[in-house]
Amino acid sequence: MGCIESLKYDIVLRGASFKECREYVRSHCKEYHDVQPGFRIFEKPVIGVPPISVGIDGDVVTFPYTKPCYGTFLMRIEDHDEAENIRSIALKKKK
Amino acid sequence: MRKVVLKMSVEKGTVGKSAVLVLGCPQVPIQTGIALYLANLLKKKGIKPTIAGNRAARLNAEVSDPDRHYIGEVIDLDRYIDDIAAGKRQFDYHFIFIHNDSGVSYAATVQAITDAPVIVLIYGEHFQEMADSIEFPCEKIAVKAVHNPMPLKNKIDEVLPWVVSNL
Repeated sequence: MGCIESLKYDIVLRGASFKECREYVRSHCKEYHDVQPGFRIFEKPVIGVPPISVGIDGDVVTFPYTKPCYGTFLMRIEDHDEAENIRSIALKKKK
Repeated sequence: MRKVVLKMSVEKGTVGKSAVLVLGCPQVPIQTGIALYLANLLKKKGIKPTIAGNRAARLNAEVSDPDRHYIGEVIDLDRYIDDIAAGKRQFDYHFIFIHNDSGVSYAATVQAITDAPVIVLIYGEHFQEMADSIEFPCEKIAVKAVHNPMPLKNKIDEVLPWVVSNL
């Protein structure tokens, strides 16, 4: 996921479990969407145990990012297009 | 005239099939040895093994088997997930090596994006905790093995024939 690492990001949780990430997103983000593993965020399939909760606050996307050696990070990246994209795809899948 | 009978270990139903061994972070000593052992077993059954892992895991496998007697193709972990998710590539079996939470996440992801059987090999100090956290459908091979590969090797010997003939 080289492209994510090149973006400006904040780490919300470090070395978290997938459950902790899900609970954080659900309790702290104004809006969240549950997606399946493989759902593409910033052009890369998201890794995790379903349901994976992705948070959106305005243009800020909060999502889990897993690395084999370092565990799961919950990251926050501001990107209008990606936030809109996630909203539209997640809402379409709900229908 | 002497009749020579060759004992073939290749099994009929598995010939031409493919398997991917998805390695985790190589911080648990047994991982590379078990990966090579499993790749060899699969090869003997006519199943083509591919290794997927991050750079360190791939290099451990490549340095341990420089002439590629066992490991076959080696691919990047992100590329493997990308290709499976996009439907560009398929394997008949996915063996996921798990010793931490990341391994569970990768296994869940693979299980969600492929219809092929997922077999998880769980080892390391926290093998029971990892095994208990897996609620998605897969075949589990779980044993406490950190430095000594024999407990996991023995489990694989016991279970693999069933796995490749029933899944």
